[in-house]
Formats: sequence, structure tokens, C-alpha cells
Amino acid sequence: MNLRRDVFQAIADPTRRAILLLLASQSMTAGAIASNFNTARPTVSKHLQILTECELLTSKQQGREIFYHLNPSSLKEIADFVEPFRQLWEARFDKLEAIMKKHTPEKK
Amino acid sequence: MKTAPKTQVHAEPGKQEIIITREFDLPVELLFKAFTEAEFVAQWMSTNVVKLESRTHGSWRFETTDPKGNIHGFNGVIHTLETPNKITRTFEMEHTPFPPQMEFLEFEPITGETSRLRMQIIYKSVEVRDNMLKLPFAAGINMAHNRLEEIMKK
Repeated sequence: MNLRRDVFQAIADPTRRAILLLLASQSMTAGAIASNFNTARPTVSKHLQILTECELLTSKQQGREIFYHLNPSSLKEIADFVEPFRQLWEARFDKLEAIMKKHTPEKK
Repeated sequence: MKTAPKTQVHAEPGKQEIIITREFDLPVELLFKAFTEAEFVAQWMSTNVVKLESRTHGSWRFETTDPKGNIHGFNGVIHTLETPNKITRTFEMEHTPFPPQMEFLEFEPITGETSRLRMQIIYKSVEVRDNMLKLPFAAGINMAHNRLEEIMKK
């Protein structure tokens, strides 16, 4: 069983974020990904493993090679995390706007 | 058609800040007043304003009562206040493990009748920020859970 790591911890690392960006436009093999970084190949492999464990990436065997793909639904999960916070402020600011609009004529 | 939400939140992974931006159909002076006059703050923040010294080196304290009747205190100091463009202040939730956060509020006119707010919040660490972001998320789950409990009791 895969240990489900914290997604936020996974994307806190700059190399892992760079990998996600790289895979945003295309799927790539581990070798092709590693060629974009100065870090050692095993280090990149470790990053890929972490990203796969928290389901930010999926891997698929194509012939001899394994291609890594970005899993868009997991990224949506991150966006959804911010959403309640955004809605909280949206509600407050909507209220602010409504209150201050009523107030315009008297105080200026 | 879906329009872009008025309030935008930018929380880049791995950073210890959140940026909230919003455009208002209000002149910048009026928008600024919503943040500096106790009666307005009390209304839109749904809180009791215990103290609000809207000036450079002033301090503030709010008390908010939750639906269960518990009182939560919030306080901070106003580092800089420049009418109607800028408020730099701290924010702390009392009796919680969260350290104070620094808030930079910038108000700017777009037209005579519209304005923009940019609120940059800096947290002590990336972890603190992420936990803070999770708060409303957790509160939402709790609320749903409580509602479910109420329904089940009936």
C-alpha cells in the first residue's frame, strides 16, 4: 500500500514544482525529466516517486519506457483547498460593498 | 456564462504568504473607511469591535461570538496607516497556537467610483500558512458534520 503523503508537502519543494510544470504540457520519461535538472538522476527519481505517491503524477508503461503524466484532478484538489478561504473573503467583501454603498450619500 | 470571481486568492505552493485581491464598486475613500471605522468593521466582519485605533502605532481588538456562543478574541497593532492608501498591521488569534501574521493592505482608485484592494498576508512559516488556509476548510467540514448530527437527533 502506498503511503499517502501530504500534497502540500510534496509541492513545497522547488524541484518537484518544476517537474510538475514540465509535465503540464507533455508526458515524459524519467530520463527526459532528469535531463532538465542538474541534480543527480536518483534524486529526480525520488522526487518522481513522491509525486506519484501523492497522486500528483501517474506513470504508464509505453513499450520499453515509463512515461509520467500530470494528474490534473489532484491539482484541482489543491485549488479546492484554497476555495473555502476565498469564499470566506468573498462573502465578507460582498457585505462590505453592500454596506458602504448604502452609506455613500451621507458621509463624504 | 461564468464570470471570474471578484475576490482572488493567490497562495503559491511553498511560500509563506497569501495574496487576496478584490475590486469594489466604491470610491477608494469609502473602501478605506470600511477598514478604519469601528461601526463598519463590526458590520462586515460580523464582530464586536472592542478597540480600533486607526492610526500609525495604534492597536485593535475584536471579539467574535460563534454560533455556539464561544467568544474568540483577535488583536494586533497598526504599524502604518496612510489614508486612503495603506494599512500595515498585525493580526493574532488569541488562545490558539497560531503566531501573529503581518498584513499589508493597499488600496488604490481605479476610477472615481471604483477601487482595488490588495491584501498581502505574511505568515511565520509555510506550515502556518497552509494550516491557516485549511481552517475554513476544516470549519466547513465541522459545520456540515454538526448539521448532520442535528438532523440525526430529530
